[in-house]
Amino acid sequence: MTPENLIWIAMLLPVVAIALVFFVGEKSPNIRESCTIGIAVTLFWVTTRLAGFVFSGGRPSFKMGEILPGFEIAFTVEPLGMLFALVASGLWILTTVYAIGYMRGHHEKNQTRFYACFASAIFAALAAAFAANLFTLFVAYELMTISTYPLVTHHGDEKAKKGGRIYLGILLSTSVAFFMLAIAWTWTVAGTLDFTPGGILAQPNIDGKISDFQLSVLLGLFAFGIGKAAIMPFHRWLPAAMVAPTPVSALLHAVAVVKVGVFSILKVSVYIFGIDLISETRLSEGANPIMMSDWLCYLAGATILLASLVAMTKDNLKARLAYSTVSQLAYITLGAALATSDSVIGGGMHIAMHAVGKITLFFCAGAIYVGAHKTNISDMRGLGRAMPLTMGAFLLATLSIIGLPPGGGAWSKWFLALGTVQTGHFWLLAALMVSSLLNIAYLIPIPIRAFMTPVGEPPMKFKEAPMMCVVPLCITAVGSVVLFFFGNEIYDVLLPIATSVR
Amino acid sequence: MAAPLFVLIGNRKLVLLLTQLVCWTVFGITVSLLSRMQYGPISYELGGWPSPYGIVYNVDYLSAFVMLFVSGLGAIVITYAPRSIDKEIHHSKHSLFYASYLLCMTGLLGMCITGDLFNVFVFLEISSLSSYALISLGKTRRAPLAALHYLIIGTVGATFFLIGIGLLYQMTGTLNMADIASRIQAVESSRTMLVAFAFMTVGLFIKMAVFPLHTWLPNAYTYAPSVVTCFIAATATKVSVYAFIRLIYVIFTPQFAFERLPLDSALMAFSLVGIFVASAAAIYQTNIKRLLAYSSVAQIGYMLLGISMSNVGGLTAGITHMFNHALIKGGLFMVVGCFALRIGSLKLDDLRGAGKTMPLTSFAWVLGGLGLIGVPMTAGFVSKWLLLTSALSLELWPVAVLMLLSSLLAVVYIWRVVEILYFSPASHLAQTAKEAPMAMLIPTYLVIGSTIVFGCWTVYSAGIAQAAAKSLLGISQMGGVQ
Repeated sequence: MTPENLIWIAMLLPVVAIALVFFVGEKSPNIRESCTIGIAVTLFWVTTRLAGFVFSGGRPSFKMGEILPGFEIAFTVEPLGMLFALVASGLWILTTVYAIGYMRGHHEKNQTRFYACFASAIFAALAAAFAANLFTLFVAYELMTISTYPLVTHHGDEKAKKGGRIYLGILLSTSVAFFMLAIAWTWTVAGTLDFTPGGILAQPNIDGKISDFQLSVLLGLFAFGIGKAAIMPFHRWLPAAMVAPTPVSALLHAVAVVKVGVFSILKVSVYIFGIDLISETRLSEGANPIMMSDWLCYLAGATILLASLVAMTKDNLKARLAYSTVSQLAYITLGAALATSDSVIGGGMHIAMHAVGKITLFFCAGAIYVGAHKTNISDMRGLGRAMPLTMGAFLLATLSIIGLPPGGGAWSKWFLALGTVQTGHFWLLAALMVSSLLNIAYLIPIPIRAFMTPVGEPPMKFKEAPMMCVVPLCITAVGSVVLFFFGNEIYDVLLPIATSVR
Repeated sequence: MAAPLFVLIGNRKLVLLLTQLVCWTVFGITVSLLSRMQYGPISYELGGWPSPYGIVYNVDYLSAFVMLFVSGLGAIVITYAPRSIDKEIHHSKHSLFYASYLLCMTGLLGMCITGDLFNVFVFLEISSLSSYALISLGKTRRAPLAALHYLIIGTVGATFFLIGIGLLYQMTGTLNMADIASRIQAVESSRTMLVAFAFMTVGLFIKMAVFPLHTWLPNAYTYAPSVVTCFIAATATKVSVYAFIRLIYVIFTPQFAFERLPLDSALMAFSLVGIFVASAAAIYQTNIKRLLAYSSVAQIGYMLLGISMSNVGGLTAGITHMFNHALIKGGLFMVVGCFALRIGSLKLDDLRGAGKTMPLTSFAWVLGGLGLIGVPMTAGFVSKWLLLTSALSLELWPVAVLMLLSSLLAVVYIWRVVEILYFSPASHLAQTAKEAPMAMLIPTYLVIGSTIVFGCWTVYSAGIAQAAAKSLLGISQMGGVQ
């Protein structure tokens, strides 16, 4: 199979899954779920094949067609997108297994719609990952917003409706008001929307079509327009979306949706602006030159700290994890805004590291809910005795999120920290360090209390969640540690995106 | 354009069959007309009189394109109609309905095709009078009142238009559009021309329901039978927009309208204010038809916005939006017709929870609504995108920003209905409702589906619109040279 074919096969597979899920429907849930798993496994296999080509330097591309003259739906796979696609498709398998355990253990309704929307969200994630131009990326981005809306409002009650309203309201309005404007602006000055190594805005900048200050404004439109990256003050949708069933929170709000956001920001910074343009454009010269992206760096830094602080105040486990995600996403935005090769690689790496770590934490939250019917952290004392596997996995994933070895997150934080030093942003370095401390403060006590506190009255018996829930979360927990030992490989893979073109 | 009068005789079944046959034949003719366009415009001298004396029919890209979607939607709507009419119009009036329907279509197509200014007025009146009749067929007692309201305002508009024509005739001595265009240079600066232009513009604005001259529209749309609303909403205002484009770009020149007169900035201001006010009004409606009616007023604003930019990009966007909006709004009103048939009420409160009992109809609403909002891969996105890029290329920043903000209002009013359909406890009417019959669902999905097709594949929407825009601007530039 040629890599070009693999691209469309990979994108077709989730569509087949949607069709099969609807075709089989509620009549025979077992067949329906085995279809999803079968396709997820095939998809992962296809993406690994594709990854082989891409990581050895290939850039396969595939054109669907032109919508308007100059605006085409086209796909080109490059390492950053490939890594994202690998993570998304790999975790789709585990999440499906987990979802079976969770949804059945919980007797949720409308499971057919659930699995179909899930598959369409994966389709959108792949389309975004492989997008060859901003236009395609935008289409995939919007498709993802809409296909995940029924998942967020799955329960259909008043609370879900309210959450869904915030979710759709913020994501759709930011994307229409800012993102679309930014794309149209880019098109008017650059005459193309293709993701090009080295960026497409440097030449218009030299030609005087867009001034340095306007570049900074454009970056702002992108940063706020891509609301899925959850930069404050447009982060409210993420906690609101936690009304969804936990598998949704796990895959979509630790992996697919939020990562599409930060992935888009990375793509824009690397392939539209070009990291050279961002790092060399100064809004003011002098002893303390101001980079055009400085304000975004500090905003990301502020988001990192504020979100961590808010997370500490949350007693509901999922809400705490949600704010932790907001904070972690800002790391990646920071990496894009610093625009050194190390920071961009750190950002790209963090997509994978955080995805595996955070999905584990969400899996655990769901398992605790299914197994012990607890949602609040204060009720989880002594739970480690009842659910040792879950809590153990939680501990491992926590290490990765904090950035302590042997968690995979250690590497990405290391590279991001390097980026702050290289550009002389020492305050941001401090912010990263303080944030790690805050992470320790709000995550570590959960497993510690679960294991260390004396046995409650009456003592809890060993009672794990269903196997379908526990096995996936153990795999991802181990995965987050394994990634630590593959830090070098990921670095090598991502290096081509960050090497300067000049 | 077959003579519809013979439809007055014969029984209902036969009438229906004939009407459908006529509509689809007309559609076929317009398709073949459009496909001939690559060989240049066609003109036909009515009655064999040569053009300055007799009435001439002209077909170019723009008119063929507008005729295509008018006749196409007319045909689909009439295919969809029977079940809905059975319920909403008294049996004795059915043949009357079909006759007026065909008359209305004749008028609309005639407006597109004629090359004679007075003839435009004649056809305008034919379509208007028949649409008054159609609206008054509505079941509630408010329908005749709404029709009367429309009649009074509409007649004022038509009269204004006629006064304008009279003044033009006085100054140029001809009614043939091409002749007027060539003679207008000499008299361009006279005050009479300004007055003529002003009268004609205001007259058409009333017909287009441009804010603030839109007051007739919400009532007329709301109380007319569903089928009538589908047809009129999809086509009538668009044809007036078409006449307006002709007026500016062919008869008068854009130089006259936009340079001598500040019509471009005035249009822009009116359309933006209209978009915001009408969208905001749509948010607060409690009747789903009224909601869509206000949204129509807002959408007309987008078309005018494109026209007011007076470059190829803007004009293309305006014409594309005419087409796309005709599809989207026609489709959405067809969805509403399905609700009207099965639920029997169009109050939002009574539609609560209909997503459970009428899943296919409700889903069609979601799809059409996404088109109206302008989500990528739907037709609405294409026109919005064209409008946005041409606004940016003219560096009209505030317009671009306001336009995007206004589409957020569309999100609010569409999604309000979606939440009502899917997330509310069912009302007793919705609980017992059945899914709409296939005879209605299939045409509905045909239209709604085409909004998605034309969102992905724009050769025949934006492509033709661009050809039309280019030829219009080409003509007007030649007029400037002469």
